[in-house]
Amino acid sequence: MSTQAVGMRGGRWAAFQRQLQDRPSLVLVGVLLFLVLLIGIARPGTIGGTWVANTILFAAPLGIVAAGQTLVMLTAGIDLSVAAVMTAAAYVAASQSYFGSIRAVILALAVGLVVGLLNGLGVAIFRVQPLIMTLGTGLVISGSLLVYSLQVSHQGPPAVPDIVRYVGSGKLLGSIPVSALLWGAIAVIVIIGLRQTGFGRLVYAVGDNPTAVRLAGVRGWLVLLVTYVLCGFFSAVAGLVLVGAINAADLSLGDVYLLPSVAAVVIGGTSIYGGNGGYAGSLVGALILSVLSSLFTLLDAPDPLKQILYGAIVVLLAAVYVRTAGDTG
Amino acid sequence: MLLETRGLSKNYGAVVALSSGDLSVQAGEIHALMGANGAGKSTLVKLLTGDVTPNAGVILLDGREVRFPSPASARKAGLASVYQDVSLVPLLTIVQNLRLTGTTMEAIRPWLEELELEDVDLTELARDLPTPTLHLLDLAQALASMPRVLILDEVTATLPADLSERVFRVARRWRSEGRSVVVISHRMTEVKALCDRATVLRDGATVGVVDLESSGQEEIVSLMLGPEAASVVVSEGSVADREKVSKVDRRPAVEVRGLRSGILQDVSFTLQRGEVLGIVALEGQGQADLFECLSGNRRPAAGEILVEGKARRFRHPHDAIGAGLVLVPADRALALLRQRSVLENIALPMVNRLRNWGLINSGSERRRVKSAIDRLEIDTRAQSRVMRLSGGNQQKVTIARWLATGFMTLLCFDPTRGIDIRTKEQIYKVLRELAASGSAVLLFTSEMPEIQLACDRALVMYGGRVVAELSAHDATEAALLRAAHGLGRAAAAEAAS
Repeated sequence: MSTQAVGMRGGRWAAFQRQLQDRPSLVLVGVLLFLVLLIGIARPGTIGGTWVANTILFAAPLGIVAAGQTLVMLTAGIDLSVAAVMTAAAYVAASQSYFGSIRAVILALAVGLVVGLLNGLGVAIFRVQPLIMTLGTGLVISGSLLVYSLQVSHQGPPAVPDIVRYVGSGKLLGSIPVSALLWGAIAVIVIIGLRQTGFGRLVYAVGDNPTAVRLAGVRGWLVLLVTYVLCGFFSAVAGLVLVGAINAADLSLGDVYLLPSVAAVVIGGTSIYGGNGGYAGSLVGALILSVLSSLFTLLDAPDPLKQILYGAIVVLLAAVYVRTAGDTG
Repeated sequence: MLLETRGLSKNYGAVVALSSGDLSVQAGEIHALMGANGAGKSTLVKLLTGDVTPNAGVILLDGREVRFPSPASARKAGLASVYQDVSLVPLLTIVQNLRLTGTTMEAIRPWLEELELEDVDLTELARDLPTPTLHLLDLAQALASMPRVLILDEVTATLPADLSERVFRVARRWRSEGRSVVVISHRMTEVKALCDRATVLRDGATVGVVDLESSGQEEIVSLMLGPEAASVVVSEGSVADREKVSKVDRRPAVEVRGLRSGILQDVSFTLQRGEVLGIVALEGQGQADLFECLSGNRRPAAGEILVEGKARRFRHPHDAIGAGLVLVPADRALALLRQRSVLENIALPMVNRLRNWGLINSGSERRRVKSAIDRLEIDTRAQSRVMRLSGGNQQKVTIARWLATGFMTLLCFDPTRGIDIRTKEQIYKVLRELAASGSAVLLFTSEMPEIQLACDRALVMYGGRVVAELSAHDATEAALLRAAHGLGRAAAAEAAS
């Protein structure tokens, strides 16, 4: 009898593992709901329409930058320049607002595209390690931004363009954040793009086995190039949404988003070795991270404790994935 | 009984890899483990070496129940295995590799001598030594621990004949010293010559134990294939349906003129549409360079490749595929996306052009993929990740990819290496059908009897040159072997007659 019981438990555990493998986002939604429940217990009456709207508003920049990071990590790369791009895009938009909102936004997005192109050229053509390449461009961008800020200082303090402020903190019908709608649109495009387009297939394929991709006649470098350009673009969009929400641009605006952008993707079940995962997971990962810091704030936890718990939970969730979604064959 | 297993079973999720593995090996015996791909051989070996733990069943050593929670525990109990893939770390020297596994020089030296490896420089990096040498070093390392049961899992699949013989010599010595050897091999003649008894697995269960002295090859094959499939056991010639082929208009599909690259020296030949042209060569005679150039993976140093009469320069496999030349590489691991589904693996070349980067037409894609899967009879029970398929099914996926995508000329580099007889027959059959429908097939094979089964004619390469051309009728194993060893054209023809 005892062996049978063990067998049953093994079966259930195996079924749970399969669930985690095949539908990582469902399990993550469970974790997310659990955290929300914790907040509800700790501070009754907090959870409501306004809280949900604000949490999503707060999570939107992270969610959008994680979209780019997901694409890059699926190709077995990483982009450490996302935070610098967010800051640069936000600062450029704010400092150029005197010349018109549209021009400011276009220039800000162009910053993202150009940095993405540089990263892509370095990684895809010159075969520089993604970590080194993007770390380097990140530093170059930060330095250049400092020089730029001195150049434009005579114009007066940067002002966030109205359209950016509307996208970052405006609400439709009184309660739906505009940034949530933008994030939702990006999510739909990225998820469908990864599942249902040839390019999406190739993003996974390049991350899984570059040799197989080459032998199948695919120009892998082009796939990498486009992926890094997209990541730069999404980072710039995330920077605009962030500066629109905060309504003040400074030179370290996006810094705190670098590690969460990677953490959201890893928690979301995308392998850092590439080829496996998806954006649905990263999206929930970004929400989990946001709810987590909201929980710490509500509990009035001291900063060091916050950091310790935040780090520990990220490691724990990632470890669960390595055990379950790893090589079982 | 030295080693015995009873009712071992192992499943990965919903996929049952082994349902009832029974094996009994006596002391002083060479015991073969046979079965089609996916029959459960590899799983049984992994259980014996502690790589994975069973869901049920017992392992008995000297009649006592043992458990192997880790590979180290199995080694300590006296079970050592050598695999088809080399287990040495490429970026360490051999000495460092030995230190890694705790093998002392005193323990390994006699085995280096036994395997004629005294001249190998052990301070070289593993990656700088030829693969066959690494296989033997792997074996020597296993022998150094003096295992009571030595498990050889497809070790000879990639070894040339003379090196295989050294492995067999060691196995026989092991037997004469009262120890045991478990051999996994798809080469029937090898098993017949070497082993005493064979345990046959089918669909995850032990279906019989045969005495190799007294039983025939047919008995083993029909056990392996099962009652319903026994009738398709193919004798020579029934695969090659040469009647049909003659109807195809014979035009050159690919002409190679004066090709030089790597060790290729001035290779010229013509591949006709509607034929399967075999390439035979010992290890490293330039066949790999030839396939690299034809598939666009490398630019030749000199010479030209004409496709349908037009000279082509391939700068990337993309160009070769565009010209209709597609490659099935020797190593499945090179061609497959391990974590992706069967569908995505087969459909990969369909998105290799920029204009196919947009939305995928799932309906037509699924139809094309399904028809390729059906044609090759791929077992898709574990289709969500290709790495969960058996080796034979993985190989079929690499071929199905091109059936679904379409091509003019199929370049197959040793497609039947290390796969079972039923899968081999299916692959030969598909190759013949492709030729019959007007495609051209270039087939390199390390198993010479395959030439007469699947090819219309054969080219023999030696030292980077084509040294002989034989019709299927003349391409007996003896004639091919002579030519492949560089014995002159005349001698080869003589041997054939």
